[in-house]
Amino acid sequence: METRSARIALRLATGFTLAFLYLPLAVIALYAFNQKRIQTWPISGLTLSWWQKAFHNPGVRDAVLRSVEAALGATLIAMVLGTLAALAVNRYRFFGRETISFLVILPIALPGIVTGMALNATFRTVFEPFGVSFGMFTIIVGHATFCIVVMYNNVLARLRRSAGSIEEASGDLGADTWQTFRYITLPLTKTALLAGGLLAFALSFDEVIVTTFTAGAVQTVPLWILQNLSRPNQLPIVNVVAVSLILLSAIPVYIASRIAQESGILRRR
Amino acid sequence: MSTQARERPSEAGEDAPQPAADVRLEGVRKSFGDVVAVDGVDLEIDQGEFFSLLGPSGSGKTTLLRIIAGFERPDDGTVWLADVDVTNKAPFDRDVNTVFQDYALFPHMSISENVEYGLKVKGVGKQERRSRAEEALQMVRLPGYGKRKPSQLSGGQRQRVALARAIVNRPRVLLLDEPLGALDLKLREEMQIELKRIQQEVGITFVYVTHDQEEALTMSDRLAVFNNGLIEQIAAPADVYERPATEFVAGFVGVSNVLEREGQRFVVRPEKIRILEQGEEPYAGAHVESGQVRDVVYVGMVTRYIVDLEAGGQLTVVRQNLETSSQDVLEARGAQVRLEWRPEQTYEIGERGQMEEDE
Repeated sequence: METRSARIALRLATGFTLAFLYLPLAVIALYAFNQKRIQTWPISGLTLSWWQKAFHNPGVRDAVLRSVEAALGATLIAMVLGTLAALAVNRYRFFGRETISFLVILPIALPGIVTGMALNATFRTVFEPFGVSFGMFTIIVGHATFCIVVMYNNVLARLRRSAGSIEEASGDLGADTWQTFRYITLPLTKTALLAGGLLAFALSFDEVIVTTFTAGAVQTVPLWILQNLSRPNQLPIVNVVAVSLILLSAIPVYIASRIAQESGILRRR
Repeated sequence: MSTQARERPSEAGEDAPQPAADVRLEGVRKSFGDVVAVDGVDLEIDQGEFFSLLGPSGSGKTTLLRIIAGFERPDDGTVWLADVDVTNKAPFDRDVNTVFQDYALFPHMSISENVEYGLKVKGVGKQERRSRAEEALQMVRLPGYGKRKPSQLSGGQRQRVALARAIVNRPRVLLLDEPLGALDLKLREEMQIELKRIQQEVGITFVYVTHDQEEALTMSDRLAVFNNGLIEQIAAPADVYERPATEFVAGFVGVSNVLEREGQRFVVRPEKIRILEQGEEPYAGAHVESGQVRDVVYVGMVTRYIVDLEAGGQLTVVRQNLETSSQDVLEARGAQVRLEWRPEQTYEIGERGQMEEDE
């Protein structure tokens, strides 16, 4: 009796949570197919025309390209630096190791606005005199600050799970440092690299705050949305872009979590 | 030279010069922070020898093995492998291979890929690699397992794969770091025999780290007993057991039966002591002491008596359960008994033995 009512209550609560999380997204998704330009409830009919218009909108196209560029750049930097940091922290015991670990993770907890203004000040006062101007490069650097954390955490978690003596065994069997990396370390961390990379990409792709401080004249997708949200005749196109963003972010996160799950199960069923 | 299985030193060694030691350590010292793990060790291990490093955990035996393998660099001292100074050489530049305690198999590779790995990174051709790997798997009694993954094998099987992966390279010296530690008793005893057989078959020098005194006694040609980063004794198993050099060795290898009489400290092994029956005459020349049985431990095949001696000290006595029933045995608790042993079966020991005098 009691378990039955508890079960029902739990189901309701779960349903409520899901509705709470996804109803707003559903509304946006619906408006993206709305016949009328004005958002009123209920919608009067369905159309795909906004999707076509969005696809041919040069502003949108440009923003998407810039976003992809920024996300790829930031992910690449994070992949190299985050992985190297994880390898170092995992393999060597050195003075200040815990501190370094903490400092690498900290940026993801820092308010974006602080990171943003700090980067802005640094770029403006320290790097601009040397000819580095605000634009794609500064966006990539800004995004890399939090992407590194994701890579670092993913790779480190994987390294910690595999037995420490595995790399030693490789060296013991005659493999030099490079062979050990190529045949042992890389294959063992491959999926962690991929999962971390996808997450980093998704994080960078929809980042707003740090981007506003570092973008200069460049417009990424989130910045484009912010700018066009207040223009009533652009609103349906904004909705279309928003729905695309939801899908674009969901796919990598889904794949990443699948990869993480599968690689956790070493035993074949 | 690493590609040929070495022969065991010939018995008729008159024409050949004394074979060089396979492993020679001189004054090896290693500390981690404030902890001294290895405190100045000199050691020579002969070609083809099964040599054990025995000691409790934290005694420095594993660190010493890692120094021989090249995973740790000694703070001081020299490591020689067959007359080559390898102290500063990387693990991959040394003609030794290691069997790790946790096996350290590569989880993303099949068994044959694991076994072939050492040959592959050294550029051995595919054909030869395959046949040598199959041969090695045959030797550890796992033929036909090549296609499986390590996760599909049992602990004992993984252990064998780790062994095959090492001996396929035909190293000069094979280092084994408590390789049987994770196996259950039955399997461990089986593998002890197996390891000994393989060692005799390939004729490679084995350096074997263990904390299990029985294992060390059964398998080794010689063994070194470690304590606090120092070697207390290096000798053949029977010598270590019957003539322990120090009190520590006496206690660690067997039961600590140390007595002090007239200023002499000596050890007498529990199986050498006889409990005299009521009114029984002792052997001529036997040493007799009386005491009280404090505790009786029935272990099936034998019974252990712990006896408090009137002259001071405590001895453990082991008696086979030949004619006594477990009932009789347990009733002996608290009884007054007389013990006898032959003086020639006791061995005098120093506090710490020779090592102390070096310092």
